[in-house]
Amino acid sequence: MARVVVDVMLKPEILDPQGQAVQRALPRLGFEGISDVRQGKRFELEVDGPVDEAALARIHDLAESFLANTVIENFVVRIEEVAEAVK
Amino acid sequence: MTARIGVVTFPGSLDDRDTQRAIRLAGAEPVALWHKDKDLHQVDAVVLPGGFSYGDYLRAGAISRFSPVMETVVEQAKAGLPVLGICNGFQILTEAHLLPGGMLGNDHLHFICRDQKLRVENADTAWTVDYEAGQEIHIPLKNMDGRYVADQYTLDKLEAEGRVAFRYLDFNPNGSLNDIAGITNEAGNVVGLMPHPEHATEPLIGTGRTDGLPFFTSILKKLVTA
Repeated sequence: MARVVVDVMLKPEILDPQGQAVQRALPRLGFEGISDVRQGKRFELEVDGPVDEAALARIHDLAESFLANTVIENFVVRIEEVAEAVK
Repeated sequence: MTARIGVVTFPGSLDDRDTQRAIRLAGAEPVALWHKDKDLHQVDAVVLPGGFSYGDYLRAGAISRFSPVMETVVEQAKAGLPVLGICNGFQILTEAHLLPGGMLGNDHLHFICRDQKLRVENADTAWTVDYEAGQEIHIPLKNMDGRYVADQYTLDKLEAEGRVAFRYLDFNPNGSLNDIAGITNEAGNVVGLMPHPEHATEPLIGTGRTDGLPFFTSILKKLVTA
């Protein structure tokens, strides 16, 4: 089984008040030097069968039409190596 | 004979009954439509009501947009069927790309519920002919994800074509770009807005005014005289 990850972020020009709220809390927590925070979504898709080009193309379509709204968001699809469980 | 206006109930719709009532008050016949039913039962127009369909999971309106009923609504809207999206209904219309732009969380990150002053900017749509352009109205607003966003090209195009149908006055409650409260498609048959006209149709409730009623008399006039 393989895992495909889809990361979805608001487009850079779109205001992200949640990210701003997180960023503003940082100095209070003693974290200095973080000038900006933007918050996004991560989807982990566990794929049955091989993650070949056709499977990736299908996931790309899924991300484009459903997981992200490309009017306001950008997305990246990537394969993640799943570490073998330690016996 | 009067007009038959469908109101879709999605899982998590809240204002479907109020919308049916507003339609009846205006003199039309409300028809309950179900999200799983592709059949629009020969209605003359459709309202997508407010609420939190599918709990706003993923994005507000993102899952409802793929419901069976929406397949027919999208197809018919493109052929001229009048469609009004209120609040969650507006979010569904943007997710379905029947209206441009998108809806995001309020810029202040809080739910907001208030009587909102609006200006009717476009009184030529199927849902606004009983208003006058420039008329100021008060109707309730209640939402979490009410911030209208679009790229600059789309905003300029909407402004140039007079497709900003409603604008927030005095106070922008959610950070919507250009104070946009509602928009229309090019043909004027599809309209979406965040505030709730169906809650302002009787003096007893809402703002104590009936400023929302013309939405429903507009469509009736449009359909009966068409």
